[in-house]
Amino acid sequence: MTVLVKPRTLFIGLGVLCVLAIWLSLALGPVSLPLFDTLRATLRMLGLPIAADGLEQAELILGQIRLPRTLLGLAVGGVLALSGVAMQGLFRNPLADPGLVGVSSGAALGAAIAIVGGSAFGGLPESAGPYLLSLCAFLGGLGVTALVYRLGRRNGQTHVAIMLLAGIALTALAGSAVGLFTYLADDATLRTLTFWNLGSLNGASYSRLWPLLLISVGVALWLPRRARALNALLLGESEAGHLGIDVEGLKRELVFCTALGVGAAVAAAGMIGFVGLVVPHLVRLLAGPDHRVLLPASVLAGASLLLLADLVARLALAPAELPIGIVTAFIGAPFFLYLLLRGRA
Amino acid sequence: MLRTQNLHIHRGHQRVLTDITLELKPGEVLGVLGPNGAGKSTLLSALAGELHADQPSVWLDDRELREWTGARRAQRLAVLPQVSTLDFAFRVEEVVGMGRLPHQSGRLRDDEIVAAALQAADARHLMGRSYLALSGGERQRVHLARVLAQLWPGDVGQTLLLDEPTSMLDPLHQHTTLQAVREFADRGAAVMVILHDLNLAARYCDRLLLLEGGRPVALDTPEQVLRPGPLKSVFGLDVLVQQHPERGHPLIIAR
Repeated sequence: MTVLVKPRTLFIGLGVLCVLAIWLSLALGPVSLPLFDTLRATLRMLGLPIAADGLEQAELILGQIRLPRTLLGLAVGGVLALSGVAMQGLFRNPLADPGLVGVSSGAALGAAIAIVGGSAFGGLPESAGPYLLSLCAFLGGLGVTALVYRLGRRNGQTHVAIMLLAGIALTALAGSAVGLFTYLADDATLRTLTFWNLGSLNGASYSRLWPLLLISVGVALWLPRRARALNALLLGESEAGHLGIDVEGLKRELVFCTALGVGAAVAAAGMIGFVGLVVPHLVRLLAGPDHRVLLPASVLAGASLLLLADLVARLALAPAELPIGIVTAFIGAPFFLYLLLRGRA
Repeated sequence: MLRTQNLHIHRGHQRVLTDITLELKPGEVLGVLGPNGAGKSTLLSALAGELHADQPSVWLDDRELREWTGARRAQRLAVLPQVSTLDFAFRVEEVVGMGRLPHQSGRLRDDEIVAAALQAADARHLMGRSYLALSGGERQRVHLARVLAQLWPGDVGQTLLLDEPTSMLDPLHQHTTLQAVREFADRGAAVMVILHDLNLAARYCDRLLLLEGGRPVALDTPEQVLRPGPLKSVFGLDVLVQQHPERGHPLIIAR
């Protein structure tokens, strides 16, 4: 497996892909806008002096619906891919997934408690409902991850193998609790629960977007500072220690960044699988495993691919909309199998 | 300088190392010999700061080893474990370049050092190859180059700990590797190397530590340690010891 693309070329390519994905994501949907109008309206909204004639409707759609949705897609895709890199580094295994430390299942449990619990008390209040749901999901993700991390600690050291097994056990436990809630739920609640479990960028709003944006940007700025340490960690924990890395601190940071990032992403958009697993893998195939390239490139690739998946979700059955989790799994799972089979040949 | 005094290590209720006192001197290659399970790797782990004794017993210069922090320690002490696992397709020079992590010597200097260290480990021709495409012995040489790069060029005050660096190497590279280690020590670094091959130990080491059941049996020059008596009692092996016809060091032949 040799490096196919130089970092410079990769970043230019991914940059172009990302801009294209943003453009299409802003333009296409149930009411598709002409690409050129989209560009003009976007530039106008960015403050460029462009005549407003005939752009009012475009600006309204962009500002109210498409822009928050696109930003949500960028943040979710980017932070899921970053978390995937962090977990694959932590477990020193290219097949690790951000869900391994229990953050996704914890968030699902938190959301199920909010949805079913809320409906038991006569429904979540209309105004605060979505926020409560997101908050519960976020806290559920953080809580389960914290528990997995605690279980992996022995004598002041974090054992990733134990964390992995604890993550599997707690994921199963949270899954059974979600199952119980699903069983107890009435039809309307069940529908919300199902949709939430499959993920969607639908219904993005600025107020729910800001926390995720802040966390994503924070994680995206923080993790690349640890790129060389992550490279060394792949040699093994004691080897990294002999190279002067504070391995315990690094592991804590990786788990914390993943819990924050995935927790916020799941809280904002529900469960979206395979992005965190496949995107870093794909980037590694193109540009090699060096985290100095892998981390920033995965942000761009994850963001672009999630926007493209969302376009498929929006357009495949238009005017109805597919949950994006179905799209990412439908594309991601066969691709993953292809990678596995290709590696064996 | 790395030294240990009255080092005892317990694992559960079992004593795995008993009363080891040792100084790794600048410019010296110290070989550690002993049968499987004698505590050689445990000693190396303790000297590397991975295992902690009940009481402070390992010092680097005049401070206790565990008081040293990350990069400052890594600039003075490099460790090559018995096996390294790396499942990612780094290029050879990237793996060796990781040895430069504790230093801020700049890209150009780092590249020079990586090339020199690869040369020393006779692995320069592997540059550009993916680590995963290498054979076991080639990987072992790449990791040796990595720890050499970490301390390059190997000054007084630096210490290199090697756990069986020749275990997967062909006969030629067993010698080139230990020759590189020897030259590293000749420039001033202190080296401790765990070996199984008595003749390699005889040829390249200045002093030998013979371990049995976690206890030091002998710590002396190869001529003193590699005698039929100690070898029979520690390894249970009947040997003839002769003099190397050209180099004069002991030559050990199983009877």
